[in-house]
Amino acid sequence: MTDRTVPEAATAAPVAVHRERGVLARLLRRPLALLGLAIILLTVLGAVFAPHLVAHSPDEQLFEGLTIEGAPLPPGGQFLLGTDLLGRDLLARILYGARTSLIIGILANGVSLTIGTLVGVLAGFFRGFFGNVLMRFTDLMMAFPALLLAICLAAVFQPSLWIVALVIALVNWVQVARVIYTETSSLTAREFIEAERSIGAGSGRILFRHILPHLYSSIIVYGTLGISTTVLLEATLSYLGVGVQPPTPSWGNIIFENQTYFQAAPWLVFLPGAAILALALAFNLVGDALRDVLDPTQRGRL
Amino acid sequence: MLGYLARRLVQAVLILLGVSVVTFALLYLLPADPVRQIAGRSATAQTVENIRRQLGLDQPFLVQYGRYLLGLVQGDLGRSYLQRSEVSDLIAARLPASLLLMAGAIVCELAIGLTMGLVAAVKRGSATDQTLMVGSFVTVSAPQFVVGLLLLYVFAVRLGWFPIGGYGTFRHLVLPSLTLGILGAGWYSRMMRSSMIDVLRQDYIRTARAKGLPRLTVLLRHALPNALLPVIAMIGIDIGLFMSGIVVVESVYGWPGIGQLAWQAIQRIDIPIIMGVTLVSACAIVLGNLLADIVSPFIDPRIRLR
Repeated sequence: MTDRTVPEAATAAPVAVHRERGVLARLLRRPLALLGLAIILLTVLGAVFAPHLVAHSPDEQLFEGLTIEGAPLPPGGQFLLGTDLLGRDLLARILYGARTSLIIGILANGVSLTIGTLVGVLAGFFRGFFGNVLMRFTDLMMAFPALLLAICLAAVFQPSLWIVALVIALVNWVQVARVIYTETSSLTAREFIEAERSIGAGSGRILFRHILPHLYSSIIVYGTLGISTTVLLEATLSYLGVGVQPPTPSWGNIIFENQTYFQAAPWLVFLPGAAILALALAFNLVGDALRDVLDPTQRGRL
Repeated sequence: MLGYLARRLVQAVLILLGVSVVTFALLYLLPADPVRQIAGRSATAQTVENIRRQLGLDQPFLVQYGRYLLGLVQGDLGRSYLQRSEVSDLIAARLPASLLLMAGAIVCELAIGLTMGLVAAVKRGSATDQTLMVGSFVTVSAPQFVVGLLLLYVFAVRLGWFPIGGYGTFRHLVLPSLTLGILGAGWYSRMMRSSMIDVLRQDYIRTARAKGLPRLTVLLRHALPNALLPVIAMIGIDIGLFMSGIVVVESVYGWPGIGQLAWQAIQRIDIPIIMGVTLVSACAIVLGNLLADIVSPFIDPRIRLR
């Protein structure tokens, strides 16, 4: 929460503010949340300081990176995590790949969170024809197999980092919209909203000062959990070859490029695989802990 | 109930219609030209034009879509551009393999997920409970292709217990089912845990214990069936997860299902196949959701369908 939003929420809903106080403190008392935050921090640091942490660029095909027979080097020795099929430093590729995951994770998730919240709030608040049309469209999107849709979209636009982020956002906003819709429509039916209306408050005022502050917890929770989904989808698209294109490293396309050789060089698949798992797990752990801290009634649900 | 069903079925048809429009439009906008793929590199401009006219791809969007829809209502999904056969035949040939895989996945996710959830609920608050719940987070955070490659590496390449891929016997089925099911196992274990905890709090459980029934009998005969029902009702919703999962899992294991069919068709821009598989998948997802909604009032009479 930034300083600006808290006083606004205070006028609208004292309960919400009480819950928000000390969220970080309570989060830090949970070992699993702490583990998640540590993984995220480590990934961010690795991504930001990548050039200072490794001697080689991720694209450099090193002569000493291959054995005399032309095979990649296993972890240990000169290269901490070994090298890939082209003799590139795997640690460098994984660190630079973290940039891809984080950029797409945050960007795509930000866009899908925005679309989802907008659709959910509007459909839940303005019921009737407009809201109905929005929710039927959401139903339609739910009927698509998400991955097939993403692959088709990625094939329609030539995949670049930004396009992949956009494609993921276009597939992922649906879940957020459904959650926000349900909450908004139950809020809209509550008495304090009716009271607000009866003293002459306009729709805009009600939306921004009374509905949105109540949705902050859900938006924060789904925003965090959503990054995990996004990271996984990006990895999957890149693994299939329709995501981020080499030579730009991404954890998914490192596996895509090297999997033909994975029986002899399993580290080329499982090290980037472990990185994907760790980052997705971290955001899931933090998101779940946030849900417990922000909304105790939902404890234990995923 | 009948009125509700009729309304939901009409809705389902409208949703499928919407899916067909959106997919058709997406594929129409494709920058790559399917006709070039069919004709090959060396084809003359004349040949390309002929093929385009033959397939009706020179027509405006609405005419093309209208034709497709007209075929669709007669059960005709069109012909593949590159393989000389009907799309419905291609899908029918591949569908059993995918259904088998999904059945295997359901068995795996229920067996693993329900057991994890049950144990966690009974040992609530203990270290076992916490370990299991962390485990459930790990399974929902693991990318399916990595799980697939890991199982393949450990159990097929290293230990040699299962074949490295392919299709045919029960042993071929184990690893792909496990890969597809493990994601759902995480979700089920959490749902099962909270459902079981809710049930164990009920008065009738205390009554059963109070009249001296053994703990295990109370757990398995009185609590389990009630905790199980709302969880089982979610199976219909899994179809959506599976329809995405099979594209990855089938490609990792070389499983000859509709996921592979779709994936190959996308790479070759074989539009009728992409349309067909998308529609079949959407159909399955819509029916799965409908099924989940219809079952729930039977399981919990407090739920009313509106």
